[in-house]
Amino acid sequence: MRITYPHMGNLYIVIRALLTSLGLELVLPPPTSNRTVELGVRYAPEFACFPLKLNLGNFLEARELGADTILMAGGVGPCRFGYYAQVQREILEDLGIKMEMVVLEPPDTNWGELKDKIRYLLGDRSWWELVKAIRFAWYKARAVDLVEERVLYLRPRVVQPLELENKYREILHRIDEAPDKRELDRIVKNFFNFSQRLPRKSGSFLRAGLVGEIFTVLEPFANYDLERRLGLLGVEVTRSIFLSGWINEHLFRGLLRVKGTKHAKKLAAPYLNSFVGGHGRETVGSTVDFARQDYDGVIQVAPFTCMPEIVAHSVLPAVTKDYGIPTLTFYLDEQSGEAGIQTRLEAFVDLMAARRERMRKENR
Amino acid sequence: MDLVLGIDVGSVSTNLILLDLAGEPYLTPLYLRTQGRPIAVLQQGLALLEEQLSSGDRICGVGTTGSARFLAGVLTGADIIKNEITAHAVAALRIVPDARTILEIGGQDSKIIILRDGIVVDFAMNTVCAAGTGSFLDQQAFRLNLSIEEFGALALEAANPVRIAGRCTVFAESDMIHKQQMGHALPDIIAGLCEALVRNYLNNVGKGKEVLPPVVFQGGVAANFGMRAAFEKVLKTEIIIPPYYNVMGAYGAALLAREYVKEKGQTNFRGFQVANLQYQPWSFECKGCSNRCEIIEIREGKQVLARWGDRCGRWGTSVGEAEEVKSIS
Repeated sequence: MRITYPHMGNLYIVIRALLTSLGLELVLPPPTSNRTVELGVRYAPEFACFPLKLNLGNFLEARELGADTILMAGGVGPCRFGYYAQVQREILEDLGIKMEMVVLEPPDTNWGELKDKIRYLLGDRSWWELVKAIRFAWYKARAVDLVEERVLYLRPRVVQPLELENKYREILHRIDEAPDKRELDRIVKNFFNFSQRLPRKSGSFLRAGLVGEIFTVLEPFANYDLERRLGLLGVEVTRSIFLSGWINEHLFRGLLRVKGTKHAKKLAAPYLNSFVGGHGRETVGSTVDFARQDYDGVIQVAPFTCMPEIVAHSVLPAVTKDYGIPTLTFYLDEQSGEAGIQTRLEAFVDLMAARRERMRKENR
Repeated sequence: MDLVLGIDVGSVSTNLILLDLAGEPYLTPLYLRTQGRPIAVLQQGLALLEEQLSSGDRICGVGTTGSARFLAGVLTGADIIKNEITAHAVAALRIVPDARTILEIGGQDSKIIILRDGIVVDFAMNTVCAAGTGSFLDQQAFRLNLSIEEFGALALEAANPVRIAGRCTVFAESDMIHKQQMGHALPDIIAGLCEALVRNYLNNVGKGKEVLPPVVFQGGVAANFGMRAAFEKVLKTEIIIPPYYNVMGAYGAALLAREYVKEKGQTNFRGFQVANLQYQPWSFECKGCSNRCEIIEIREGKQVLARWGDRCGRWGTSVGEAEEVKSIS
């Protein structure tokens, strides 16, 4: 069994830790690239969302490297993602590609089914080994998130952006290779020490919240490197979703003290009171959360045609009205124009700066 | 006289405007067709301006905007490079200080900008559709063998505008042809088309935005009487079309450059000789990481003026040494 799974930002590091410590053989797809898009777009329905196309491209590229089993997440609720694994399976079958697909649904509803799937993957390894593997993967997720958070903070501030990006890449690589928790702690500490020494610009920096659909938030290829673009424009970005937060909520039932999206769900009321699928409710709630923390603006990203985010988008003007926080929405897919994205971002940064300036004057 | 130069290089038009230090236009602004050759047309524009200047005139600030703002900025040595949304807002506020809504329809892009108390609080640009309105009107006028001015004026003669399907220009054209074949009068059809485009703009670009007066309408399409009348009909308010409505981007860029000069007191302008130099743009794929970015480079002789397209900043930050590039790519 040679397992592969789709990319989503730095998720590959976490899943790799999980699978390899269970002794499973895995084939990582090459990093998502224009070729991945080409493959995915060629075989996916046109109006399927961007994540499906990229996943499919990942599978096809992994297949070329010899993968025979796909590990894919499923979902429940109105978001189409729930049936994407099935659609992808059918597309691969139509192409004459024989790959086993193991779909892991978030265990929010049905633990029994998940148990069977995991049993299949585990073979004759014990449940205790699985627990240890999950714990190790969890540490990696935390390490990745701590570093990412730090990078988001530093990007607008450093004098030499290239130095930071290079270090970031290097650190991710080292986290990926780290054999145990002790080494992980050392790497993260090392990075924090390094970041203390980086020459910084002075002054105050704009802060923007990033909300939206989880895949487009976490995958820089899908969001056209939004975080880095904003960093270069002098904006500190705070994400509403991090991997460890998601894992904590769905796998550990929120037992650990890691900031997740639970509180965002509550904040979404009275604007959006029901589950609309995906992270629609969290998008609204997180926007309220950012507004209450005096952020300068909120940027929403979603795949083109994403229903839960369209619902959230249509609710955001009400939040803007009540809290005065500006929002900007991007619907992304392979047809998005880079120049348009850049222009809108620059204009939004100007807008946030003007707003902050005015508030400063009013408070004086 | 001390002057600031504003340049807007867009997909359809390239505009240049000169302002004196009080912010008043000097000479007639230039409105040229980009024709897919931004460098050549920009050079041509600079040469035209230079001819008109007298010996005592001096450029002491340059601002660029438009989709080729970085290119234009690098070529001319701009002091400020601004996105077109901000530039348009700055220009409109100069002319209508209490403006609360700006409708901007150019060749390829449509924008709506919402202002309150003189600052931009919200904006939108065409995403899925409502693009290419200016180009489309041009094309329809051409098909009917009318000048664009005659085309717009004809809409005002309509007695009974026909309803045209305006979801996108392809459907609009086929529906328009259908209505012509049915024998409707041309003014009715043109007026109907304008209304369809306005509907499409307000539904797709202005979606959910609160359009409050004073409303300023600018961009090349503002010249079209039919479009103006259609906006007035739908929004039930007076539409203000500023003088220089078609070069407002350049106007805004010049105003921003003027601010810059006030603060810094010096300019990076490379002089009018820019018009006579040879530029070689080319591109290559960076193999530094999996992103495989396409790097665009522009050279003047052996010197690299600028590189862009890289996500990481590796190329953008290493301008100047032409030799090194060859060995890495």
